[in-house]
Amino acid sequence: MIRAYGIWGRLLVVDLASGRVSAESVHPVVYRMFVGGRGLAAYLLWRELGRRWREVDPLGPENMLLILTGPLTGYYPGIKLVVSGKSPQSNGVVGSAVSSHVAYAIKAAGYDGIVVRGASRDPVYLYVKDDAVEIRDAGRLWGLRGLELIGALRKEVGGDPPSLYIGPAGENLVRTAAVMARWFHAAGYGGYGAVMGSKRLKAVVVDGTGPLPPVADRDEFLKLRHEVIDKVASRTTFRMWGTTSGIWSVGHDTSSEPVRNWQEEWHDRDEFSHVVIQRRHWVKNPWADWGCPLACMKVSRAVVDGNAYVTDGPDYEMGAYLGSDLGLFEVDKVIALTSLADDLGLCGIQTGNVLGFAVELYDRGVLSREDVGYELAWGDFGSLKRLLEDVAYRRGIGSFLAEGTYRAALEIARRKGLPAEEVLRYAVQVKGVGVGAHGIRSRRDYPQPIAYAASVQGGDHTSVAGLPVDSEESEIWPAFLDSAVVCMFTSVEEATMLRFLNAVTGWSVTREELYRTVGPRILALQRVLLLLGGPDARWDPRVHDDNPPRFYEPLPTGPYAGSAVTREEVSRGLADYYKQLGWDELGVPTEETLKRLGLHDVVEIVRGIRRELGTG
Amino acid sequence: MSSQRGQLWILVDYSLCTGCRLCEIACSLKHEGAVWPAASRITVYEYYPGVAVPHYCVQCPDYPCVAACPTKALRVDQATGAVLVDPSLCTLCAKCVEACPGRVPRIVGGKPHVLICDLCGGDPACARECARAGYNALRVVRRPANTAVKHYARPPDLVAEEIGGSRAVWGWER
Ligand code: SF4
Ligand code: SF4
Repeated sequence: MIRAYGIWGRLLVVDLASGRVSAESVHPVVYRMFVGGRGLAAYLLWRELGRRWREVDPLGPENMLLILTGPLTGYYPGIKLVVSGKSPQSNGVVGSAVSSHVAYAIKAAGYDGIVVRGASRDPVYLYVKDDAVEIRDAGRLWGLRGLELIGALRKEVGGDPPSLYIGPAGENLVRTAAVMARWFHAAGYGGYGAVMGSKRLKAVVVDGTGPLPPVADRDEFLKLRHEVIDKVASRTTFRMWGTTSGIWSVGHDTSSEPVRNWQEEWHDRDEFSHVVIQRRHWVKNPWADWGCPLACMKVSRAVVDGNAYVTDGPDYEMGAYLGSDLGLFEVDKVIALTSLADDLGLCGIQTGNVLGFAVELYDRGVLSREDVGYELAWGDFGSLKRLLEDVAYRRGIGSFLAEGTYRAALEIARRKGLPAEEVLRYAVQVKGVGVGAHGIRSRRDYPQPIAYAASVQGGDHTSVAGLPVDSEESEIWPAFLDSAVVCMFTSVEEATMLRFLNAVTGWSVTREELYRTVGPRILALQRVLLLLGGPDARWDPRVHDDNPPRFYEPLPTGPYAGSAVTREEVSRGLADYYKQLGWDELGVPTEETLKRLGLHDVVEIVRGIRRELGTG
Repeated sequence: MSSQRGQLWILVDYSLCTGCRLCEIACSLKHEGAVWPAASRITVYEYYPGVAVPHYCVQCPDYPCVAACPTKALRVDQATGAVLVDPSLCTLCAKCVEACPGRVPRIVGGKPHVLICDLCGGDPACARECARAGYNALRVVRRPANTAVKHYARPPDLVAEEIGGSRAVWGWER
């Protein structure tokens, strides 16, 4: 028996169909191979569903909802939790990270994660108090929005235990629905709010009262912990403004902020800035998540049309996607939309993306007033608010916008009798996942030209691909952070991260192993499952390993006007990236690579993929 | 009992508290040698977003907990003013919890006695960690010689109401 540190090697498995609750051991070797979190999700999903992946409906009872921690969760400063499963957006595996106190609570309850299988007939919520696990009736909670729900849950369970939950959007199987936490936090990428809704699981409340598992080298751990706290606490501008300052700088300085569905990426609207938000709206700064010495969050409050709205930040992504991308530059109204998205349980990025798409189609006359039922216009708070709610409740046009930008584009093309490309050219998404609010055209922001095209999580701006592969530029780095399960904002340079990992786990992971084996293993498995896809959308690397068409249009405004990416550099970059990862020219991991990574049981299915692509 | 020379006190500034719980982690690492938030002698409650309430023993001048303990498991450390628990005498009867105006003493599975802040013998780890992170919500001061300290021992939900979680401020109920 290998002694494990930093993990329990034990998952709580809940079958909502039968009501059975059990604990499942996971061998320490699995953690050594896949680390935890996102890597463990890929492993578990492959093992359970991989052979019939294409048939598995992400919103069917067969899918699994995974709520996972990693070996660094609770030890490393800051907190993150990974939510995963087969994604109803990409039909692959997305490791969707969210700041949630549920993460440490799961470990304090004696588990590394929670696996939810099957679907309940009636609404339920899961209550975990250490070893006592109950599937409880959620009849009275179903339909509640986030804020009311948190209050109601408190009355139900007493005290202040952390929870994950869905709003109406998740209940209504909206593919842009998030799994929510702590009022304003969302596991947005992947669409797992809809997976939770499909299981009729309203909330997961975890009251863990035990200690976290022991660490391997306590002295080294304590030393590194303070080293990291000191480093992170000195990131003073981030503490002051969090990511909110990007609302101004990503647009104005780096020209990579979506404006009106990415028609532009630059603005100089100085009323749309963190300073205005700070002065007028922040009622709490800084605000932190569990164990965090950075505190990038701020609580903001705005009153619009006599209604009070409270949210966090808004952080950069919310500001961009529920602000500039919708042509809305009034910060009080952006706070209102963000607060509303939180309360409805919508991912602000994915939903903002589909809203911007809809407004542009309206602008161009593709969608009419008749289609929508009311007028849509850039920056018009009233209609945007209405559209946001229509998506959450799948009302009217919301019923198919709720499918997310990619699927909505196909549906609109079908209804209008247009070729799909005619509508898809306005869809700023990659493989079913709306692109995060960091553009690539100006080349002044962090994502490279292949950032999204090559990502195993599509448009996810927190998991971008890049060159060289053996560096923090490549997707190996976010895959590692999401597998050790730490916050990318509190992460430090790789040498310290690895020392921390080894001190907690007793492993001896080297830089070489991270970039040659551990990282590539996780990415290869995610890539294979992504290429399998189905049952609705499937991805052909020749078509879908690409940027949204808009990214090839030159930027029309700002200091980098005229700048765009070229198809040549993208295909060159892809070829290089695939090669460095040991994938073939279409980005399918080669047999040799799979074997080297210990993924022998994936070889057969990958042969099938290659045959379909005509390369095997 | 009046304030003694050298006795200390942890003063909280709720407006500076970020809700980060680094204090809980530091406390449990110091006293239990593990990250064990539930066994921390300081607990942070957050009933409203951004309204974080660190909750811990404030060393009431009349020490109702000490008086209520039927087995004499609690005594006052004259040097620091902290309440010390004798693990061998505590029967977990919870009389001290009932006597405490803030229900501060904690009972947690895996610990055979109540947990009360011992002021780390004079150098509280929670306040140190809070300062290390640059938040400074907890500060070690000389112990105030009046009964106003009991004000800080109230149940956290009441404190939250008072310091700004109310409907008037937020515009909505929790
Ligand atoms: S360490 Fe300080 S800022 Fe953080 S929760 Fe404790 S008292 Fe608040
Ligand atoms: S706060 Fe509670 S535990 Fe501390 S001295 Fe007062 S009664 Fe005792």
